Amino acid sequence: MTLEILGISVLWTFLFGYLIIASIDFGAGFFNAYSLLTGKERILTNVIQRYLSPVWEVTNVFLVFFFVGMIGFFPSTAFYYGTTLLVPVSFAIILLAIRGSYYAFETYGARGHKGYSFVYGAAGLILPASLSIVLTISEGGFIDMIDGNPVLDYKALFLSPLTWSIVVLSVAALLYISAVFLTWYANKAKDPDATELLRKYALIWSLPTIITAGGIIWELRAHNPEHYDRLLDFWWMFALSGLLFLGTVWLLWKRRNYGLAFWLLFGQFALAFYGYGISHYPYLLYPHLTLYDGFTNQAMATALVVAFILGLLLLVPSLYLLLRMFLFDKDYVKGRK
Amino acid sequence: MGNEESVFFSRVLTELTLSFHIIYATIGVGVPLMIMIAQWVGIRKNDEHYILLARRWARGFVITVAVGVVTGTAIGMQLSLLWPNFMELAGQVIALPLFMETFAFFFEAIFLGIYLYTWDRFDNQKKHLLLLVPVALGASFSAVFITIVNAFMNAPQGFDLVDGELVNIQPLVAMFNPAMPTKVAHVVITAYMTSAFILAAIAAFRLLKGSDHVYHKKALFLTMKLGLIFSIGAAVIGDFSGKYLAEYQPEKLAAAEWHFETEGEAPLMLYGILDGQEVKYAITIPYALSILAHSDPTAEVIGLNDFPEDEIPPLYIHYLFDTMVTIGVLMIMVSGLYWLGRHMRWRFIHSRWYRWLIVAGGPLTVIAIEAGWWYAEVGRQPWILRDIMKVPEAATTSGHVDTMLYLFATLYLILGVGSVVVLRRMFRNNPVEREIADREAEVREGTRKGGDHR
Repeated sequence: MTLEILGISVLWTFLFGYLIIASIDFGAGFFNAYSLLTGKERILTNVIQRYLSPVWEVTNVFLVFFFVGMIGFFPSTAFYYGTTLLVPVSFAIILLAIRGSYYAFETYGARGHKGYSFVYGAAGLILPASLSIVLTISEGGFIDMIDGNPVLDYKALFLSPLTWSIVVLSVAALLYISAVFLTWYANKAKDPDATELLRKYALIWSLPTIITAGGIIWELRAHNPEHYDRLLDFWWMFALSGLLFLGTVWLLWKRRNYGLAFWLLFGQFALAFYGYGISHYPYLLYPHLTLYDGFTNQAMATALVVAFILGLLLLVPSLYLLLRMFLFDKDYVKGRK
Repeated sequence: MGNEESVFFSRVLTELTLSFHIIYATIGVGVPLMIMIAQWVGIRKNDEHYILLARRWARGFVITVAVGVVTGTAIGMQLSLLWPNFMELAGQVIALPLFMETFAFFFEAIFLGIYLYTWDRFDNQKKHLLLLVPVALGASFSAVFITIVNAFMNAPQGFDLVDGELVNIQPLVAMFNPAMPTKVAHVVITAYMTSAFILAAIAAFRLLKGSDHVYHKKALFLTMKLGLIFSIGAAVIGDFSGKYLAEYQPEKLAAAEWHFETEGEAPLMLYGILDGQEVKYAITIPYALSILAHSDPTAEVIGLNDFPEDEIPPLYIHYLFDTMVTIGVLMIMVSGLYWLGRHMRWRFIHSRWYRWLIVAGGPLTVIAIEAGWWYAEVGRQPWILRDIMKVPEAATTSGHVDTMLYLFATLYLILGVGSVVVLRRMFRNNPVEREIADREAEVREGTRKGGDHR
């Protein structure tokens, strides 16, 4: 394995980590606000707060890690993506900022303030849309090189069906992921009302998730045939992902084994996400930037890998401790401590 | 929008984001250490008040940390959005400390989460102290690593520039550049100092506003003592920084001191205004600049006239330098007198005016932090990477920076007001007297219940 592949694999894994935990987090914020609106907050708020509180700050770090690592391993991405993404990413930053701080304001400062919860829930739903634009742009066709500088073609971007499919997928998937996880969590907390409600949400959001996911593969055929062909080379990953999806829905439908249902979902998204990533190879930005011409020098790459391994030695045990104390601690989950 | 405007708005937006972020970042670096010290003192003296102090500080800290985290994310991304050409170049050389900073931040985030949600889980206070150690370490080390990046921009090294190409890159040499020791030390210690004085200001304010609880008196004495230690440290390291500048960045020191002619026995100018090359109304301290620069009253200090005109920083940085130093010296005196007064039983340190002075110390040290950073950053104009890349070459070519500036300005306004409102409400609705009474009631309840079981 070359350092380039190692670098992008590590970053892709962190992005996947962010995708899962941020989905749970954003979705939880949305369900919380929605339950306030429909008068069901008694059922959901406790379960959601108990999960979110100790991990909200950690979620953010996954994202920071991804973009700092990206600049480190592939400094040229700063030039291409930095110049073109000013507007969409600035929007995402503003939403993240409002969301993060209002969460803290609500949880630690003014408990029960409904306005904060609504802002928080709404921001979480728009966020994936502004972040997923990056994925659309990476497919190529939206950036023109003018005088040697990349310029984003907003009109093409907004009129492209691909853009909107990816936006819809990101929102549907986040609500689906979040609902499945929270069903499991609520069930562990021995809270039958919350479990039942969240199970319902999970089933509702499973359908748009799988439809848009399939639709995007189809749209790529017209937009980026080269990528489409490579996707087909890895058809078995997507087929397996589809099977896991069916497994999750079946378990939810039968009301059994919610833990397994979540891990099947995890596998489903992992396969689809890595399948998509691998088929994107070797481009970081089609067709301007590949993995190889954007890679940093040898000395920096080695230094980053060493720092990364040392960092993980510190992080993995700490993360394990965090999960054991909150996510997998029976007494904490049930609200006794 | 032309490129010139992009450069201008990129500078303003970066300055705005950083100026807002460093208020919360400084608190974020210093306060965890104060919490840890209070917890430790509480255990050592077996005094519940200090434990409670640690918890109440931690509760307020969560709010500031949230704003610090989100604005930190903003500046992290803005570096690539507003200065893509700089990041492409710097990413080749200085990505290592940037990367390490996220690890430090990760480490802190995990243990802060654990600490906040285990207050009632362990009875042994030492376990809580153990959880605070990684929080304080992570906070300080993220300041260390990010300041290394900034030091590199002032003194780039660890690579060779051959025909515009970077070769022979050595990441560790880039990290341990000559600006790094003084910069890192000064940033970290002034963050401790500022946090100590902000917490002292809160304690003094509560005492002024009618509460006479011994809790606030303990808090005030502890924070003033810490503030004294850190402010003396800050002054000593500040002196080293002056010597660093004289050696490696003489144009920054000369601009800050309005020192035009290269000469020996150079005097130090305090305050004053500039009229052409004439300095008016300044307090002049003979030999002091030579001493500051080289520890030798007769040593020669390079003047501004020895530099090309387009490589000289703006001369208004003199005022920023003066502001920073004046506040630093004032705070050493205020905390020093307080400490001395406690030992000599001078009554005036308990008077209302002196307490108001301590209250003013909180915001004043924050102003000193801002002035110091503006001085350091504007002082290396026109360079973004000294002697390598000028600011206009680094900026984005995107035409929407002005709109983003207005959006972010609104965001910071909302966050600033929001955090102040929430913090005020938190502590006004739950004064320490009530919390102590509640805890005592809980303990009584606990022993009675324990008795029933037996």
